[in-house]
Amino acid sequence: MDIVSTLRVNRTERPFTADTRTTLLDALREQLDLTGTKKGCDQGACGACTVLLDGKRVLSCLSLAAQCEGREVTTIEGLARDGKLHPVQAAFIRHDGFQCGYCTPGQIMSAVALLKEGRAGSDEEIREFMSGNLCRCGAYPNIVAAIREVARLGSESQ
Amino acid sequence: MFPVEFEYEAPTTVEEAIRLLAESGGEAKILAGGHSLLPMLKLRLAQPPLVIDIGRIAGLSGVSEQDGGLRIGATTTETAIQDSELVQRLCPLLSETAAHIGDQQVRNRGTIGGTLAHGDPAADMTAAVLAAGGSVTVQGPNGERTIPADDLFLDMMTTALEPDEVLTSVWVQTEGPRTGSAYEKFANAASGYAIAGVASVITLAADGTVARARIAITGVGSKATRASGVEAALQGKRADDQTIAAAAEHAVEGVDLIGDLHADESYREHLAKVIARRSIQRAVGRAATKS
Repeated sequence: MDIVSTLRVNRTERPFTADTRTTLLDALREQLDLTGTKKGCDQGACGACTVLLDGKRVLSCLSLAAQCEGREVTTIEGLARDGKLHPVQAAFIRHDGFQCGYCTPGQIMSAVALLKEGRAGSDEEIREFMSGNLCRCGAYPNIVAAIREVARLGSESQ
Repeated sequence: MFPVEFEYEAPTTVEEAIRLLAESGGEAKILAGGHSLLPMLKLRLAQPPLVIDIGRIAGLSGVSEQDGGLRIGATTTETAIQDSELVQRLCPLLSETAAHIGDQQVRNRGTIGGTLAHGDPAADMTAAVLAAGGSVTVQGPNGERTIPADDLFLDMMTTALEPDEVLTSVWVQTEGPRTGSAYEKFANAASGYAIAGVASVITLAADGTVARARIAITGVGSKATRASGVEAALQGKRADDQTIAAAAEHAVEGVDLIGDLHADESYREHLAKVIARRSIQRAVGRAATKS
């Protein structure tokens, strides 16, 4: 059975038609050509598919697209503004927060949400609240360093 | 893997959801946060003809004070419970337990009603609601009824809910004076699920003895259950380390222990006793400092 639906992705209305079984992840990648969001385990364990739903980080592989109708989705493609990288994106590059890069969009979306949640008080807290995002290359120390720096710069600019 | 084909409905009232369930002959599945259901659909462990999304029903989520306890709507997320000032103040066990579930992304979507209706034997919130003297309200074609948490979990992934009933809310007791609680678990490092998890709510009498103990255990058997042997061993005693350690020895009494590749029966039993001891110690420590 097909559903006709609209997602609001990165501040743009995106109508699509898909089977009822389509997850938010598959709708983004297959229907809307937004392939920045990655499919890792497809069962909610790895965090590679993390996007923001109404500003909160969620696993797009464990949400049906139909559940998200009328809600605001932000993907990695929606972070940069006017050709300028989001501070977390820039920090990941500065600190070499990745190797192969496959988990990176999920890591960055998760980190953006973590900073908004105020969970970057210490390295330990950052590690705990990034625990839903796995990196098989083991770039964790650099990921933590990138997040720590954005948290510090953020608190200095306030 | 893709799920077997299903129809999708998103009713806006509980009555409509119940009608859809009844029309499917109880074959449909209720979708809340989907963090247990979607993996089951993808693995084809569940093959419902219809998925009923209750996420658009107004009034099913939120926390409020009711009848000397807290009423928590079925679709309230674990994050909302973790961060709720009301829960942290009146039933901190639930906030602490919510923080142990999965990771932040999972907690942002997973719901308390979903986890209780699913009845996973290694879930965390099942033990917390048992220890908190909780109950659930369910609604079906013949109206509403309340099921005490003690009667809710029947077996692995099997609850007392009828196929045509929807779990609408959860109620838990407020932790009163001289009462402390704790949730302690030994988690599977990969999944985060409890290999052994113990929730404790302890009330101390004015003389420092245990006036009431409610202890529940998860992850070790086919369902979450009260550890009544531990409770009995604490009742009326002074809660010193020796008494607590002796009581914790009863942790798996009456439990049909499960063993798997993560932990065999004897290791689970050992973990259960250690985790029970730590959980009770922390709960007693908190009770002692709370007037």
